[in-house]
Formats: sequence, structure tokens, C-alpha cells
Amino acid sequence: MEKLIKNRSIVEDPWLLLKEVSEMSEIADKAAVPLIVPLAFWQENRQALKQRPGKTAVWLQSDELPASLGEDLHSFGLIALNFPVFSDGRVYSSARELRSNFMFKGELRAIGDVLRDQLFYMARCGFDAFALREDQNIDTALAAFDDFRDGYQVSVDKPEPLFRRREHVL
Amino acid sequence: MYRYDNYDHQMLEDRIAQFRDQTARFLKGELAPTEFLPLRLQNGLYIQRLAPMLRIAVPYGMLSSTQLRKLAYISEYYDKGYGHFTTRQNIQFNWPALEDVPDILAHLAEVEMHAIQTSGNCIRNTSTDQFAGSAVDEIADSRPYCEIIRQWSTFHPEFAYLPRKFKIAVCGTSDDQAATQVHDIGLFIVRNEAGELGFRVLVGGGLGRTPVIGKAIREFLPEHELLTYLDAILRVYNREGRRDNKYKARIKILVKETGVDAFREKVEKEWQSLKGGPLRLTETEIERCKGFFHDPDYKTLPATSAALGEALARDVLFASWYQQNVDAHKRPGYAIVTICLKATGVAPGDVTTAQMNFIAELADRYSFNELRVSHEQNVILADVEQDALYEMWKALQSNQLSAANLGLLTDIICCPGGDFCALANAKSIPIAESIQRRFDNPQTLRDIGQVSVNISGCMNACGHHHVGNIGILGVDKKGAEFYQISLGGSAENTTSLGQIVGPSFAQDEVPDVIEKIINVYKRRREGEERFIDTFNRLGMAPFKEEVYGKTN
Ligand code: HEM
Ligand code: SF4
Repeated sequence: MEKLIKNRSIVEDPWLLLKEVSEMSEIADKAAVPLIVPLAFWQENRQALKQRPGKTAVWLQSDELPASLGEDLHSFGLIALNFPVFSDGRVYSSARELRSNFMFKGELRAIGDVLRDQLFYMARCGFDAFALREDQNIDTALAAFDDFRDGYQVSVDKPEPLFRRREHVL
Repeated sequence: MYRYDNYDHQMLEDRIAQFRDQTARFLKGELAPTEFLPLRLQNGLYIQRLAPMLRIAVPYGMLSSTQLRKLAYISEYYDKGYGHFTTRQNIQFNWPALEDVPDILAHLAEVEMHAIQTSGNCIRNTSTDQFAGSAVDEIADSRPYCEIIRQWSTFHPEFAYLPRKFKIAVCGTSDDQAATQVHDIGLFIVRNEAGELGFRVLVGGGLGRTPVIGKAIREFLPEHELLTYLDAILRVYNREGRRDNKYKARIKILVKETGVDAFREKVEKEWQSLKGGPLRLTETEIERCKGFFHDPDYKTLPATSAALGEALARDVLFASWYQQNVDAHKRPGYAIVTICLKATGVAPGDVTTAQMNFIAELADRYSFNELRVSHEQNVILADVEQDALYEMWKALQSNQLSAANLGLLTDIICCPGGDFCALANAKSIPIAESIQRRFDNPQTLRDIGQVSVNISGCMNACGHHHVGNIGILGVDKKGAEFYQISLGGSAENTTSLGQIVGPSFAQDEVPDVIEKIINVYKRRREGEERFIDTFNRLGMAPFKEEVYGKTN
């Protein structure tokens, strides 16, 4: 099993990420394996996937909107958002939208070009799980979550902006 | 002026530690150049033609004398004895060594300064009127709002990887001095019929290769909802701005392609979930920020100063400097002084270490320890007693800072161009100098009157050439440096984009061409018309004819 950072700890990842899959037959031998499948595949095979014995999660490309999950959104225990390249900032907005607008409470996982130096902002936007790019050092990467001790903005980890908390201090 | 509290200090300390670690990993080869790139850019560090270039933020153009002394120190120990004020009210150093940058940042932090988000595809330094707080025509002081925006935009976790850079300007005066309409977001402070304060919001302005004037998407945004609305605009832009083509990635292109009405709807929709939420500004926060910008301890003075009157009658040189470089102040007996950094032969916006220390001294002596930087690349002492003007001018004279050409033809806005910038098509500093040399006579200059000449070394438009009354753009013509000239641009209330006169010119032709253009104005002006007024009345034809000769 791959390693993963979840809630700031290193854990074994029980999920299998399918970057590409087009036919149900391709996953016939994985009936009990928890799978993360592409959005389009989910949309086409919704009913069949719901009846699998194993759990199914979905991953979104950076240009796919969380709204496209529709009613299903809350049925997922995990949603993964893909960074095709680390500098694709759309994913941060998707994460915040999932957490703040859609109130998604399950695991929100960053996949793809996930690097140490972006973890802090990702966490602030609501990601709680990180499948780092292969070459990253997962042990030293943990320190990234403490890059800053606070932040000015409203974010998923700090629902009150600093200016409201400053008032409490005064 | 805003002062950091323990939170602000902590945030900055953490940032320096973070960048120190990132730089060390980069130098050890653990961080790939492409991955280090946005990190260093968001700390103000470019790699340029000759060396790295460090851009330090001067939030909305405000500096204390202590901060300026620190910049002087940095220019002396880490650079070559000078710095360059930019058209975005920041300061750049052209020669720091990469491995020194974390130390420079630590020095800056001591005086509550940084280089955060002065570059890169993120929200940049917010700019505003250089007379804010002292201007006679102010609806409200823009600086508290700029500071509120500064904090919101600093390390915004959602908007650190935008499609492209993002610049916000705030205008609190009736005469816009901040080129607000050519920013990604332009905010005009207004009052509604009930007398409440708010903002008129423009979006999608910008210069660069496709210059666009911003369009209004909201006539009145209540003051308290400033940040919720900005968050909404940025979210729409972050999600939908083009990422396939760097040249089409600015918000101006998104607004154009979406249509301003559809764009407004998207923002309003997004805003519904943010409006009234935790990001809504509290009265306490607005008051807290305003508290940093209360009037200094002005004296009660007569409206006119006898000493000033005498000096003006006695000394013609002083009188002409006064006429050009001194503006009215909201308080009786005070004046706003602009130190024009456009002496002939000096790169526009450049200041030496000694000059920085000297200006800091002046700020201490005459202007409550503060100064400002303008987007025209000049320095302002905003609260000077009229009684002290003569003495101060004398001091400026002995430090080569008494150029009396503010707003005149030689007060040129100019980017670093081919002498420093790796993106340049052509040099720009020598062009500025050749024009300054051609129009070296103070009397001639005053006779020509107000006209802005803006020069960029390439279509990125760092020198604002699109909004110069006379714009000069460096272009590459089969490997040679040429210059395209445009007329009729303006960054004032009636912002307009210049129109190209015609085929471009070789470097040594430029001063002649400018002279011809000015001659048309001199011949055809009526009454008190400024250059731009005459141009607007006559249109391009007579200028074109003068420059290229008659065509049938
Ligand atoms: C020397 C290093 C510099 C580099 C590499 C650089 C790069 C650029 C680029 C690529 C753009 C175009 C952005 C776009 O169209 O999206 C731009 C725009 C701009 N830059 Fe620079 N620049 C430099 C220095 C400066 C300096 C010294 C100033 C101020 C004097 C400045 C002020 C501006 C402004 C005002 C714009 C136009 C903003 C707009 O498009 O709305 N830059 N710069
Ligand atoms: S306008 Fe072009 S040449 Fe001038 S500083 Fe900007 S990028 Fe460089």
C-alpha cells in the first residue's frame, strides 16, 4: 500500500486510485477494493458502482466543478482533487467550495502534483489528506503544516478571520 | 501609519523561516528550479539580465523614515548604492545575491517590511493616491482600506496560484492619481444617497499587451462588505480565468470573453454565500485600521505663510519649483511636496543610498517622519509647513533633488528596459535621457506645461506607455531597437489609451519626433489647453502629418 499523509500523520492508504478507467469490466477483479475513479466514469456507471461491495470514491480534474457531483456529493466518504501541475490554483477554490459551500465532511484528498511547499495552503483550504508526488520526502513534508502559526483569512481551518479574533484579544 | 502587532510580526517571521528553508533546499538541489520559481517570485525575487532583482513592497506607497533608512542600508550593503522606485509604488534592487536574500528579508522585517507577493501570479501590492490623508479633495482616506486589503491578500491560501498577477488600486479622492482604472480591480470610495461610505467597483482593467480600461460591476459596495466581494471576484477569476495561454490569463480577458454583465452575475452569485459571513468587516476592525492613519499633530497655522510669500518674491528658482512641485494641503499653513526623481541623466525613479538617507532626514525634520512613493516614481512629503518650504528646498538643491519638473515633459515614467530587464525589446532609460536633454530648458518646459511621457521597453507596459499623453514603446525590428509612439493616453479621471501615430523610429530619431509633436501642440493650442486637451480636440491627423510629412 502507498503511504499518505492524513490528518498530519503518515498512514497506509487503503484506497486504489484509478487515473484512467473506461469500462466496468476493467475493475471486475477488484470488487472489494476501495476505488477512487474519475468523474466521467462515475457519471456513466453510477448505479453499477453503487452496487459494488467495495467502497467507491471519485476524483475531479482541476477544471471539473464540485457542483457536477450533484446530489451524490454527500454519499462519498472521500473526494480527491487532482493537481495536474502544482501551480494549478483552481483546485484550491474547488476544495474551499466543497468544504464551505457544500459542507462536505468526508476525506478531501489532494492527488497529482502534490508538493511539500503547497501543503500549508492546501490544508487551509480544507484538504485533510495528501498523496504526495513520488519523489517527495513524506517524513520531512510533515513540517510544512507548521510553516505558519496563523493566517489572516477566513479559511476552512480557521472559520473566523484574524480581525475577528484580534478583537477577542483586545 | 500602520504598525505591526504581534500577529503581523509572527506572520513575517514565519515567512522568512519558510523562505530560508526553501532557498537552502533549492541551493542543495532538492527543489527543482521550476518548483522554486513561484516561491521566489512570491518573495519578490526575479532572476534578471545581470543578477537577481529583489522587489520590496511599499504597501500603498507609505514609508516611514526608519524604513527608508533600512532601504538605504540594504542598497549600500547588498546592492550597488542605489534603488529604483517603480510604477507600482514599490522599490527594486538590481544586484542582490540570491543567498543574501533571506538575510535582506530579515532586515526588512525589523522595520515591518517585506517582499511578499511583489511578483508572481498572486495578489500584488495594493496601490493608491500618494496624497491620501492630506489631499484637499478627499472623500475618505484610502489607506485604512488598503491596509485591510493588504492583510486579506497576504498569504491568501486560495489565491496564491492565480492564472496571472492581480493588482488592486483604491482611489479616495475626486481626482484619481493612482491610475485606478487600469488595475485588475479598481475601487473608488464613494458615498451613497444616504451618506454611507462604500466603493464603486471596476474590474478587468490592465495594461500589458492588451490594454483595457476597467468596467464597473458595482456602483455601490457597502464598506463592510469590501472583503466578501473581493473574495467573490477572485474566486470567479481563479476558477475561470484562462490558464492555457499566459497572454490571455489576466482578468481583463476573462471579463471580455464572458461579457461584463455575465461576469457581474457570476460574482454576485458567488457573493451570496460570502456576504454577511465572517469575512464581513466589523466596525472595530475598520476603526482599528483608521486609527493608524489619524492626522498627525498639525499645528494651527494661518492659511498663508508670510515667510513663504517673501521667499517666493525673492527667489525665482524657488518660485518655479514651488509652482511645479508643491500642492495644496487640506490643512491651513501646510503643503504637499513632491521630490521629483527625474533629474536629467539619472534613471527615472532611481535614488542613491545618500539620497535615501537624506530624504529620511527631511521626513523627520519636516513631515512627521513619513513619506510616500507615487506611481510616477517620485517621492512625496505630504505634511510640510509652508514656513519651512524654502529651507527644505535649499536642502534639496544641495542633494540634487530639486528638479522642478513635476508633471512636465521631463517627469518621465520609465521602466528599467534593456539595461536591466531580460524581457526587453529595447532600452528605455537612454530614451528618457535623450528626451530630457532635448528639453533641458526650464522655461521651455514650463511653457509646454503639463504632459506625461511614459516609456516601456516592451509590450508588458511596466512603464505605463498606454496611458501616457505621449507613450513610447520599445519594439524589435529585425533585431534592431525601435520605438513606437502613441498619443492621447491618460491615467486621470478620463482615462484613455493612446493611439499609435504610425511606423516606429530609430533611437536617435525619438527626440526629434517628440519635438515635432510638441511643436504642433504649441502652434495649435488654445487658451489654457494642456497637451492632452489639444490632442483631444484636434485628433491625430495634424500630429501625424508633422511627424511623417504630408501624405496624399
Ligand atoms: C525588471 C524586471 C521586470 C519584469 C521581468 C517585469 C515583467 C512584467 C510583465 C511580464 C508584465 C506584463 C504582465 C501581463 O501583461 O500580464 C509586466 C507588467 C507591469 N509591470 Fe513589470 N516587470 C519588471 C519590472 C517592472 C518595473 C521596474 C516596474 C515599475 C517601474 C513594473 C511595473 C509593471 C506594471 C505597472 C505593469 C503593467 C500592469 C498591468 O498590466 O496591469 N515592472 N511586468
Ligand atoms: S516593460 Fe518590458 S522591458 Fe520594461 S521592465 Fe517591463 S518587461 Fe522589462
